[in-house]
Amino acid sequence: MVTQQDPPGQRRFRRLPALGAAMAFAVSALPTATANADGGEGGPDTLTIAVSQPVDSLSPFLAQRLISTNLHRLNYDYLTNYDPKTTEAIPALAESWDISEDGLTWTYTIRDDVRWSDGEPLTAEDIAWTYTTMMEDEDAATANGNFVANFEEVTAPDDTTLEIGLAEPQATMLALDIPIVPKHIWAEVEDFGEFDNDEGFPIVGSGPFIITGHQPNQSVTLEANEDYWRDPPAFDRLVFRFMPEQDAQVEALRSGEVSLISGLTPAQADDLENAENITVNQATGKRFQAFTINPGARTRDGDEFGDGHPALQDKVLRQAIMRAIDKDEIVEKVYGGYAVPAQGYIPARYDTYHWEPAAQDRLDFDADAANEMLDEAGYEMGADGVRESPDGDPLELRMHVHNDRPDYVSMGKLLQERLAEIGIEIDNRTVDPGVLSDALHSGEYDLIFTGWSVNPDPDYVLGIHTCDALPEEPGTMRGDAYFCDEEYDELYEKQLGAYDDPEQRAEHIKKMQAILYEEAVVNVLTYADTLEAYRSDQIGSIQVQPDPGGNIWGQDGHWSLSSATPVAASASVGSGMSTGAIAGLAAAVVLAVAGGAFLIWRRSSTADDRE
Amino acid sequence: MTRSAAPAATGHGTAPGTPRGGRRGLSPTLRYLGGRLLTAAVSLLAVMVTSFFLFRVLPGDPVQALTQGRNVSVAQLEALRREFGLDKPLPQQFVDYCLGLLRFDFGTSYQYRVPVADLIAERIGPTLLLAGTGTVVAALIGLSLGTGAAWRRGSVMDRVNTGVALTLYSVPSFWLGLLLIVVFASGIGLFPTNGMMTPGVTGALPVALDVAHHLVLPVTTMVAVVYAQYMMVMRSSLLDEMGADYLTTARAKGLRDSLVLRRHAVPNALLPTITLIFLNLGRVASGVILIETVFAWPGLGSLFYSGLKVPDLPTVQALFVVFAGAVILMNLLADVVYPLLDPRVRT
Repeated sequence: MVTQQDPPGQRRFRRLPALGAAMAFAVSALPTATANADGGEGGPDTLTIAVSQPVDSLSPFLAQRLISTNLHRLNYDYLTNYDPKTTEAIPALAESWDISEDGLTWTYTIRDDVRWSDGEPLTAEDIAWTYTTMMEDEDAATANGNFVANFEEVTAPDDTTLEIGLAEPQATMLALDIPIVPKHIWAEVEDFGEFDNDEGFPIVGSGPFIITGHQPNQSVTLEANEDYWRDPPAFDRLVFRFMPEQDAQVEALRSGEVSLISGLTPAQADDLENAENITVNQATGKRFQAFTINPGARTRDGDEFGDGHPALQDKVLRQAIMRAIDKDEIVEKVYGGYAVPAQGYIPARYDTYHWEPAAQDRLDFDADAANEMLDEAGYEMGADGVRESPDGDPLELRMHVHNDRPDYVSMGKLLQERLAEIGIEIDNRTVDPGVLSDALHSGEYDLIFTGWSVNPDPDYVLGIHTCDALPEEPGTMRGDAYFCDEEYDELYEKQLGAYDDPEQRAEHIKKMQAILYEEAVVNVLTYADTLEAYRSDQIGSIQVQPDPGGNIWGQDGHWSLSSATPVAASASVGSGMSTGAIAGLAAAVVLAVAGGAFLIWRRSSTADDRE
Repeated sequence: MTRSAAPAATGHGTAPGTPRGGRRGLSPTLRYLGGRLLTAAVSLLAVMVTSFFLFRVLPGDPVQALTQGRNVSVAQLEALRREFGLDKPLPQQFVDYCLGLLRFDFGTSYQYRVPVADLIAERIGPTLLLAGTGTVVAALIGLSLGTGAAWRRGSVMDRVNTGVALTLYSVPSFWLGLLLIVVFASGIGLFPTNGMMTPGVTGALPVALDVAHHLVLPVTTMVAVVYAQYMMVMRSSLLDEMGADYLTTARAKGLRDSLVLRRHAVPNALLPTITLIFLNLGRVASGVILIETVFAWPGLGSLFYSGLKVPDLPTVQALFVVFAGAVILMNLLADVVYPLLDPRVRT
């Protein structure tokens, strides 16, 4: 083998100055980059929130996702707000309101001191225009059309008066979650189905923060509205960063890149509990977790369809199933204690409407009692440990569980074990939510999991169990249970009409929950806590809703973010090297490697030339 | 200089393209290209048709999924269905879809209500940046390690390198990504945990540096998982060449060992590797779906992931066509480039 190494060596040294120059260039870029990054970030107090959904649309007429509706709560005002402490309706744009004798006309007095962020005054005309547009334009009704479905006419006789005429009296007139948009901007929009409100930042609004930038699928930036009619926010800037992966969000919080994350699993919350500079917030949940029992799917006209187990039409069997389930066990094993066992349909968070059964009506866990009930009702225990209904059908029931919800999956397994103890065999179908939805709509299920997030006004979640919510034809149901009960429907109408007597309305709503509980078609298992965490070295104080025990993210209002106070700015600057320094270093390394490779290549090719 | 390459071209006649060498006509190159183009066109057509029906098989109703947990009336649901064209019978939907494709109109995304073409245009840049950088780095590392491993096969270095590469190859990319985040981002704090840009950074150079900084962990994840492919192919195709006579000839005329490797063995061994690289170039867009999701990288992969959850039919259909189209296009390119690299295929 030939070994001639000396001459190429000379060439190598000749190349070194070039490499050195390249590295010097890379390093010289550092100070500029660092200074720039500081200027962009270090100055104003920024609160960064990690969110797991990207924004679907910035148009309040189209936006459906939680992230988008929460952005609108910051950018726009509403007719009324919900109190940060009690979640009761309080004045916002409307200072006060009157109801006509017949309950069909609501007159609101509108504040006269609110301005849009471009300086124009906000008047009753803006509100009337927003509502009327949703009533007249199908596209504009996409997101919130249900709120105006019962409206006859909305007018603004003068700048501070708004009149809404209704077709039927309704009790939800202080719970109109519709962002009010500026008429002088939006009147020029031609097609509400196409306009995403993402041209021309900042986006004119009247809320505590104004949206100033949107990087699709990455981040949304908002700046404080100094002229906000309530107290202006303490943070100068909010940044929402889209991070689909929950574990990645936790790491971003640990590194201090984001200040607030929500939707933690119990394991993540336990883990963060011990982390430095991080506060975990355990909030009472807005959601309930439940399963429904197929009482026989049918249309509004009473035509039966689907293939639900016929024995489930027997209330005794449904109640026995409930008595076989240990809700305390679910709280411990599924939620690690971060939940409360549930009885009533409306979560405990809402004092006004929450209902608990009286001692003699409770269907508490008692497997012996459940077995007794079934024995008495003629469900004979078979030799294989599976009961048979009086009609001779074995109690083999399908159970549909969402496979994308770890808590439902664990609950499903517990239920399966418990029901086996009373002679019911469960065919556990843990499936894609799409498959589950198909099974529900075709009525081809026995037990099926569900859950809802309940608003301060519970009208909607109650409405989905009226006979009216049954499908006109299979596949078009509005509810999730094929529940239909005359007395329940009467109470529903009564509560909706009790617009002038909140206490009476709450009574009706509690009676409705008693019916749901006793019928045991819609069975609430738990109210899981909402688990959140924030950087205590970035956020000094933050308002929860309700207070105490409430949540930070996803409030009915903007309270948490508009009232949060920053910790002294110096503490919030991230540790470690600056972005510029790291990137510059990386660039230098790449250059060095490339330079080295180039040299080796040159060396060999020169050797080659000589051959 | 050219003489030393001659033995390689004529002395070794069992390359993959040789059978086609027998066909002689007026313009064999044109016929070759025509055939390739036709195959590609037919494949693309098949992909387009498959795409429509494939995602229609997904369970679930997009309208139900989009409005889940929200207060919506039946009228609103029906309006959405009408808007999406889901109220029409399936054959009609298919015809509409095909007519749209002819005009390069992929339809409007259910989730974002903007034309899917716009969405793809917006997201393709980040994906190309991530996947492109990853592929180049992985190919460089894979090819050089593969060459080294084959040249000194059986050595400790060969065994260690092969072992490490195969271990990393079998690691799930999202898991490796999370590990890197835990160690290097939230642990040591060297890199940002995710995203592509720090909000608020402006100016060309700072943005470029910021993106480069964000790029390090996702690219490392991707490279770690895929470089083994390049390495193993390079290693095995070089091993195939090792016993060849032309190498003995090259050594016999006194060439240094490293020259024999670089000048004679590697160029021949590179041919199958080139095909692999092209195939991978086509696949990178779809291959980074999980990495993009873990690192919140705003590319096509995370768009596909979020589209599948709904299902946002127009978006996933279009992305399927784009992903599959990329593979077909790159296959075609490989076929076209092959004769340029290897004269034996042309004859």
